[in-house]
Amino acid sequence: MRLGVLFSGGKDSTLGLHYAKEKEEVVCLITLISENKESYMFHTPNINITALQAEALHLPQITKTTPGEKEKELSDLEEAISEAARKFRIKGVVTGAVESVYQAERVQSICNKLDLWCFNPLWKRDQNALLEELLERRFKVIISGVFAYPLDEKWLGKQIDAALISKLLDLQQKYGISPSGEGGEIETTVLDAPQFKKKIEILDHTTEAKGNSGVFKINKARLVEK
Amino acid sequence: MILIIDMNWKKDSLAYYEFVSPIASIAKSLDECTVKHHLKVTNKELSQCDMVILSGTALKDMATLSRLEKFQWLKETEKPVLGICAGMETIGMVYGMRLTRCLEIGMTLVNVVKENLLLSEGSKAYSLHSVCVEPSADFEVWAESTKCMQVIKHKTKPIYGVLFHPEVRNPELIKRFIQLNKTGA
Repeated sequence: MRLGVLFSGGKDSTLGLHYAKEKEEVVCLITLISENKESYMFHTPNINITALQAEALHLPQITKTTPGEKEKELSDLEEAISEAARKFRIKGVVTGAVESVYQAERVQSICNKLDLWCFNPLWKRDQNALLEELLERRFKVIISGVFAYPLDEKWLGKQIDAALISKLLDLQQKYGISPSGEGGEIETTVLDAPQFKKKIEILDHTTEAKGNSGVFKINKARLVEK
Repeated sequence: MILIIDMNWKKDSLAYYEFVSPIASIAKSLDECTVKHHLKVTNKELSQCDMVILSGTALKDMATLSRLEKFQWLKETEKPVLGICAGMETIGMVYGMRLTRCLEIGMTLVNVVKENLLLSEGSKAYSLHSVCVEPSADFEVWAESTKCMQVIKHKTKPIYGVLFHPEVRNPELIKRFIQLNKTGA
């Protein structure tokens, strides 16, 4: 089945893509670029890097910019999926949704309207197991956004490894934060993964942080051999 | 032992992770369980298990509804069976219930209409279906939404159907089904 992956460049949509490629034919990425940092639906830090990730994956990408207002971004998403169906003859869409019923029901509704299949291969997965799987599959993932106490700028740009997962689990115990960022506590950017033909090297970045909110912004990056 | 039957259109499908794994995860926390695809399940497996759970499927996946010959055992079995979404629709069709269009996607208010052992009170539940079964004389209705029956039970057999997906926001319903039949209560 020809599928398009809703792709934000973060760990969940990239892992979802890997699941999809193991079972079906992934023919394109679909990315919404939200102008609203508080977007209900779409991850925002380093969304510009998805073009490089698409190149690393050897997959064409459909992008659509949306003002990110609550329901407008849904009609923009529908247009982008519709374009993918037209241009790449996709029969279904894959998301990286894990727990968000809000996201899942909206994408399901759009797919139903467009007569497309909808797959959520990470749905209801244990969050700790998801983080462990990233390490097992040798994903290189950095934290590109923090949005909750007690996370701060010291976490920005850090690679997710065993030690960092252990720290996140400690914070889960102490403060109840979701270790995989399901509550929007962290956002991530994938620099390398098994399906990447090349990996991403960051050449320039800036961190913008205030208290328990901050982003690691990649200003310049390139693909290099693995 | 709990036998979970994968109702997705093919074995090892991409939808397995979404519609079977979450049920298996809940079931495994309470008892030993095994998963088989509906095209591969054997009479031996059906007779050796203590109870059966039929999974749901993707919204566009109606495969089991055109493979009813694979589910004729539902008429003969004395084992407890819980059919979720496509599982409930399949049970309904095997028992001669009519299927009608009924689209519900997302959180749905489910009201209890008869006191029962699976769903003690009305609650919000995650729905993902485009069809439903119509009432029949063989089944009693335990809960419903404004559009259709949501929880049903065969009047004389331990065969249950739930149209919403309890594995998403109502895992206690699956746990109650397992505990109820594990203890023989």
